[in-house]
Amino acid sequence: MKIVISSEGAEMNSVFDLRFGRAAYFCVYNEESGITEFLKNEHADDQGGAGTKTSEKMVELGVQKVISGDFGPKAKDILERFNIQMVILPDNNRTVGEIIETLKGK
Amino acid sequence: MLKKIAIASGKGGTGKTTVSVNLYYFIHKYWTDKVQLLDCDVEEPNDLIFFPEAREKSFNVVNQQVPKIDNSKCTYCRDCVEYCEFNAIVVIPTVKFAEVNASLCHSCGACLHACKHGAMLEYDHKIGEIKKFDLGIGLGLIQGELEIGSSMQTMLIKDVIKEYNPETEIVLMDAPPGTSCPVVTTSADADFILLVTEPTPFGLHDLQLTIELMREIHKPFAVIINKDGIGDGSMEKYLEAEDIEIIGRIAFSKEYAANYATGKILNNLDETQDSFYRNLVMNLKEKLN
Repeated sequence: MKIVISSEGAEMNSVFDLRFGRAAYFCVYNEESGITEFLKNEHADDQGGAGTKTSEKMVELGVQKVISGDFGPKAKDILERFNIQMVILPDNNRTVGEIIETLKGK
Repeated sequence: MLKKIAIASGKGGTGKTTVSVNLYYFIHKYWTDKVQLLDCDVEEPNDLIFFPEAREKSFNVVNQQVPKIDNSKCTYCRDCVEYCEFNAIVVIPTVKFAEVNASLCHSCGACLHACKHGAMLEYDHKIGEIKKFDLGIGLGLIQGELEIGSSMQTMLIKDVIKEYNPETEIVLMDAPPGTSCPVVTTSADADFILLVTEPTPFGLHDLQLTIELMREIHKPFAVIINKDGIGDGSMEKYLEAEDIEIIGRIAFSKEYAANYATGKILNNLDETQDSFYRNLVMNLKEKLN
């Protein structure tokens, strides 16, 4: 399964980004291969529709689960329609690497 | 001859509506009965609250044309997505998904131009309502009410302004706060702008932005200082240094604020207010003729 985690930077020790549509980066974690890849969010600074466009990106990437601090209504609408699971984590300064370790431990 | 006066401020809560409602009443009393009030604050119109005897005369729905994608013709080429400045179109070729999000669409028509496959259709999407009220005096009130979630303030404001009665001699336009598109749209059509401010650092900060805007769009304006007597004196210094006309001062009064809080500013007019607005009306009459 492909899982995306919103991230403030492009490294494993980057802090998890609480915003989804306006997250700085996305960490794409492939559970089967264990490979992680960081993608810059091209829509982070858009005037509007950032949630819509990032959700579109998730569908294109074939992601099944997204982890972020929250999801706006337009993002939710698209993610729900494509059965992408939304996971909301609280603000506790965890790094992307720590979150992936937690996922692996399951 | 028709004259349009916009009442703007920058900062919210300085007294735009108070001045608009009073001016409507006093223009009717001291100048002409052919006066109409346009509430252009379409996100939160509230001029009506001060006219408890208002009677609704007409009502119409304002629509924008929103594109819709015909999935039988769409090739998922994403040309429309590239053209859309507002991120309103979602096209995902891998899953053959194409849709327009109406709440992000600004009806610019670029996607209709972009699509070479005839897959873009248009339909009506409601952005708001325009209501007209008889107020017993003058030619009444026209109010725009924006649909929740719509980003088409300027389109609705333009439609409100178009609706004024052809017999009107004076159109008063109560502008929304701020200095962005809705204020520009309201002011762009005006012959004169009254800037209502309060003599506080907050009032000054936002007034300066609004004055920059007025200069940029080359509109004649003058300032009304509401709640005169409070604050830190910085307003006076600024207006003097910039040589900006103060067309009126409304003294700060707890009693007046209490009246306002009950929505009854026109029921409790006293001699001071009468002479203040009479002077203002005469002043405006002279300026605009």
